[in-house]
Amino acid sequence: MTTTLSDLDRPQPDGADITARAISRRNTGADAVFAHATRAIGTSVLVVTGGVGLFLGYQAIPTFKRYGLSFFTEQQWSPDTDTIGIAAVLVGTFQVALVAMVIAFPLALATALYISEYAPARLKPTLVSMVDLMAAVPSVIYGLFVALLIMPYAADLSIWFDRNLGWLPIFEVPGGQADAPIPALSQYFFSAFVAGIAVSMMVLPMACAVMRQVFSQTPPGEKEAALALGASTWGMIRTVVLPFGRGGIIGGTMLALGRALGETIAVALIISPSFEIKWSLTEQGGSTISSLIANRFGTASPSQLSALLAAGLVLFLITLVINTLAATVVNRSRSGAETD
Amino acid sequence: MTSLDKRPDAAIDRAAARTHLPAYDDDAPPPVPRASLGRMTPDELFVRAGSWFAAFGLAWVTTQRLLPMTGIPWFLISWFVLGIVVTAVATAATGTWIDVKDRVAASIITGCALFVGSALVAVVVYVAVKGYKPVLNLNFVTDDMAGVGPKDPFDQGGIRHAIVGSLIEIGIAVAITLPLGVGTAVFMTEVGGRYARVVRTLVEAMTALPSIVAGLFVYTVYILALGRPPSGLAAALALSVMMLPIIARASDVVLRVVPGGLREASLALGASRWRTVWHVVLPTARPGLATALILGVARGIGETSPVLLTSGAADFTKLNPLEGAMNSLPLFIFGNVRSGNDVAIQRAYGAALVLLMLVLVLFVIARLLARPRRTTARRSRKADS
Repeated sequence: MTTTLSDLDRPQPDGADITARAISRRNTGADAVFAHATRAIGTSVLVVTGGVGLFLGYQAIPTFKRYGLSFFTEQQWSPDTDTIGIAAVLVGTFQVALVAMVIAFPLALATALYISEYAPARLKPTLVSMVDLMAAVPSVIYGLFVALLIMPYAADLSIWFDRNLGWLPIFEVPGGQADAPIPALSQYFFSAFVAGIAVSMMVLPMACAVMRQVFSQTPPGEKEAALALGASTWGMIRTVVLPFGRGGIIGGTMLALGRALGETIAVALIISPSFEIKWSLTEQGGSTISSLIANRFGTASPSQLSALLAAGLVLFLITLVINTLAATVVNRSRSGAETD
Repeated sequence: MTSLDKRPDAAIDRAAARTHLPAYDDDAPPPVPRASLGRMTPDELFVRAGSWFAAFGLAWVTTQRLLPMTGIPWFLISWFVLGIVVTAVATAATGTWIDVKDRVAASIITGCALFVGSALVAVVVYVAVKGYKPVLNLNFVTDDMAGVGPKDPFDQGGIRHAIVGSLIEIGIAVAITLPLGVGTAVFMTEVGGRYARVVRTLVEAMTALPSIVAGLFVYTVYILALGRPPSGLAAALALSVMMLPIIARASDVVLRVVPGGLREASLALGASRWRTVWHVVLPTARPGLATALILGVARGIGETSPVLLTSGAADFTKLNPLEGAMNSLPLFIFGNVRSGNDVAIQRAYGAALVLLMLVLVLFVIARLLARPRRTTARRSRKADS
């Protein structure tokens, strides 16, 4: 005999009064406290983090009113003559980030592939924590390393670029005398290219970690199927791992790009500030938004500070867009999905 | 033996369309099974390693003798390029186009990974070589720079003030971000709902916040608007704004991979939701949460730009974070490198070495905490079988 709800409603033979409990999903007692407490914490984090964006926007309004569109087209940043614009620093920011990504992307991809596909299984955990460690090395140390050790070699490379690829405007350095028997190395120091090398060391482990994570989620069945059909290791990577990890590759690269755009100290240590748009990456001088803020905030009057905040807002919005795109790409791709 | 083998030869000649089965050759050597299917054959090993040896010599001749490209960097670059070329040629001599592609890809990928690894080792070694001199004196970590000029020798002054400042600032930042970050992660995974998705989207977006903007935010709100002087607390607040999304996001990832079965088992046994979270979910995720925290701390302790804007720099040890300037390790390094003085720069390297060691120690702790306990591993293996 089965018991149904209506059976329970009826008075039982032995006189016990059993009624069905009302089903409710509402939290009661401690659970309600728990739910509301965590919601309050979540809200506070929402307020703090969202507040940064709103606050920056609010503070930047006077600057946008004062300078209008010329804030984006003016190259000079000289508060003394009341000409303030971020055209040059914006271009500089993208130049440094571009150099960093050109160097970091292939290296990060290859390192991620090596760790997930080629490395002996015993070494894998060590290699993974080495990449994590590389991400945790303070940026000021990378800045020191590049500024004092790598810079002459980078300048040497810049001269070689100038000599052999000088017809490309990005490698041409006016007054560099690349063809002289002993070219002036110092003409090639403190450039966006050198700063980009330092930034690339910083963003590489980040991109690599995301890519490796996604590669390691490749369904082993599909890899084994490719190998069983006679594919070589590279054939298997090209046809299974890379298509599967495409989302992770794009997403990791964009996350790294977001970080590269905002990097401050390494750039401030290396680049020598100048405020004009230069097409040449290897020419001395340049500036990025974050290094501009780091260099100028101390001596800024309230109105200049507002201008710096406006520049910070622009930087924040750019990285926000890039990061949101990256998160969408990673989440949309098959990579994130459960496969079993 | 199949019936085909017993036929006379003439029958096979007539049936030309049939599959030709090779007859076993009595003179052939007995088949030797490969010892290991995974390992490379001696032949393959020779082609792979030998190509790189050949390229080593070629690169030396071309860069150091033939072309005016002396110096280690050019040698390494040409060794890499020539190594790939020689590998391709050597493989093409015996193998197919597919083999060539496979070996070249393996060479490039391994070479790049080696390059990245050696870059990391180079950074650590470089800082150690440059910075070991000041660290050799014990007073470097037990003394501060009060009354010590930048050009004074290393047996005077030290970085105690910077170490203490860094630890105080990061301690306050952790005290703020740990409950808020983990609480937010619990809200996003355990409570859920549409509002939680909004919070998650925003937290993910805010991991993009450039650290200098976080510093600028605290500088304008705390120092300019509230009129407080630069202090350790302001620096800690700036670090918190920067670390909060990082820790919240990392904890969220960790909590999401806690098996749903554990939660359901706890709820089915009659535990309430918050007891499930407190006694089941959080203890299960504890190693992962520890890793999330330590990764956040490692980012925060090395970050210069928020501290640069908010804390000011003092030469003496300071324990009160509420008022007055406070130094920290990254700030000390940055200031000393900027000074352009040789002795000061060497001190900066010493401080960088201490900072690197600090990060390394934190990292080892994180790895030890994140390692699954042996007892649980054995138990789960038993459960699997």
